[in-house]
Amino acid sequence: MRPFAYVRAETPEAAARDGEAVGTKFIAGGTNLLDLMKLDIEQPRRLVDVNALNLRDITATPDGGLHVGALVSNTELASDPRVMASYGVLSRAIVAGASGQIRNKATTGGNLLQRARCPYFYDPNLPCNKRDPGSGCAALGGLSRTLAVIGTSDACIAQHPSDMAVALRVLDAHVNTLAPDGTQRSLPLDEFYRLPGDTPHLDTNLKPGELITGVTLPPPVGGTHVYRKVRDRASYAFALVSVAVIVDGRNVRAAFGGVAPRPWRVPDAEAAAAQVDSREQTDTLLDRTFDEARPTAQNAFKVPLARRTLKAVLAQSGLEEQA
Amino acid sequence: MTPADSTLLPVTLTVNGAATELHVDPRVTLLDALREHLHLPGTKKGCDHGQCGACTVLLDGQRILSCLTLTVMHGGQEVTTVEGLGTPDALHPLQEAFIRHDGFQCGYCTPGQLCSSVGALDELARGVPSHVTADLADVQFSAEELRERLSGNLCRCAAYPNIIAAVSEVHVAGESA
Ligand SMILES: Cc1cc2nc3c(=O)[nH]c(=O)nc-3n(C[C@H](O)[C@H](O)[C@H](O)COP(=O)(O)OP(=O)(O)OC[C@H]3O[C@@H](n4cnc5c(N)ncnc54)[C@H](O)[C@@H]3O)c2cc1C
Ligand code: SF4
Ligand code: FES
Ligand code: FES
Repeated sequence: MRPFAYVRAETPEAAARDGEAVGTKFIAGGTNLLDLMKLDIEQPRRLVDVNALNLRDITATPDGGLHVGALVSNTELASDPRVMASYGVLSRAIVAGASGQIRNKATTGGNLLQRARCPYFYDPNLPCNKRDPGSGCAALGGLSRTLAVIGTSDACIAQHPSDMAVALRVLDAHVNTLAPDGTQRSLPLDEFYRLPGDTPHLDTNLKPGELITGVTLPPPVGGTHVYRKVRDRASYAFALVSVAVIVDGRNVRAAFGGVAPRPWRVPDAEAAAAQVDSREQTDTLLDRTFDEARPTAQNAFKVPLARRTLKAVLAQSGLEEQA
Repeated sequence: MTPADSTLLPVTLTVNGAATELHVDPRVTLLDALREHLHLPGTKKGCDHGQCGACTVLLDGQRILSCLTLTVMHGGQEVTTVEGLGTPDALHPLQEAFIRHDGFQCGYCTPGQLCSSVGALDELARGVPSHVTADLADVQFSAEELRERLSGNLCRCAAYPNIIAAVSEVHVAGESA
């Protein structure tokens, strides 16, 4: 690991100011950042430890939703009684990811900002536009079985690895931030994450030094909540395809993970699906959602896999009690 | 003080019940501090990248991976390693159960498995759900729950059935604390 200076921030305002300097990174749980620093993929000159900040609470919002502090651990969030009762898809998505040890340390803010799991992003000897802008993309024409099928560009086809983010997308959650100049923003996930375009090194629209202070969940929507993750082994692996679903009568909300550079949800497709006979619902939803998919030969299986996964989930939801 | 020393940061943490003061480079992971600075070799370095669970310790009672955290981040906190679970004369109930059931093989994974099992039983008792939990509101002990909850501790030589037997026995006896 390269040398770095270490400071501990005392307030969110101080953290955001400290974080603006070139080469500075926040560290929360450290479970992604330190892995990447050991591999020389991230090379911060300065780490601002945010663990002393008062962002560890889950509190009710005035409109009946919840505010989740950026430092709430994945375990605490998944096991919060209010989350288990009213946002089941979020608990389910979190416990489908990583391991107990990692979830105890991983934080809400850090989970959203974990970086791509593309095999070439992890290999500093091979070209990767996300790691080294302009160097090329070894995945195009390389091993792309796990990578994205939609939302990609000629510069990068990596998928977003977070399970939690997929559930947050189907719940219409917002990410709250504080910039070095004191500006606060609240961004829906589609405005928070960027598609790669020709700047795949930028995963999000955060500005230098901008701190995630928390995530806001809108009031509960009811319905049946399901998260289904399909992967190469039964546990402790990233998703090939995952789907976060909330079913309420004929209305289906569905966001997909493992298939795109950000959690993939197409509200138009959901609206179209609500108009058709329930037997056709899955087909309509999927056809509209994956209309623009551009898979590689190696990952073309993800589109039918997404179809079967959603079918299975809808069958399961029909049988389950309302959450 | 040499120039190199000036970059060392002081950190005080409690390790296996004893207050411990260290001066470490900020790059030193908790795993390396335990092994190289405190000479507690029980905690093992397997992959050093969060993938094997060999470095699992308890931090303020919760299981974490010591390879993916920095020592300087833990001033004032409590760390328990396999050496702090029990002593050769007074083993932790899980250590005894592992011996009874031959719940180990190479010795590399066992310390992490033990710390992880302590943490997993505590999480079960607190109602923390897992990927295989059927009803989020009613988390129940089962062998299936244990298997899922210990899936972050990889063992390639198939000691798992004996590990599940050992941890189940301690759970049933209610003596995990
Ligand atoms: C073996 C392994 C398996 C895994 N499997 C899965 C899986 O199946 N599914 C899944 O979703 N995840 C998985 N993960 C990833 C894990 O969930 C993430 O590492 C974790 O959530 C990151 O959180 P953290 O708090 O440790 O982040 P850190 O490592 O501390 O930080 C990650 C990034 O976020 C930035 N950051 C942190 N907090 C803030 C903040 N408040 N404001 C602004 N920036 C911030 C940091 O600068 C850094 O760039 C796995 C990880 C490992 C090691
Ligand atoms: S797909 Fe993206 S992350 Fe992977 S090598 Fe290409 S540019 Fe890098
Ligand atoms: S050494 Fe920490 S998980 Fe392998
Ligand atoms: S106990 Fe080490 S590989 Fe099985």
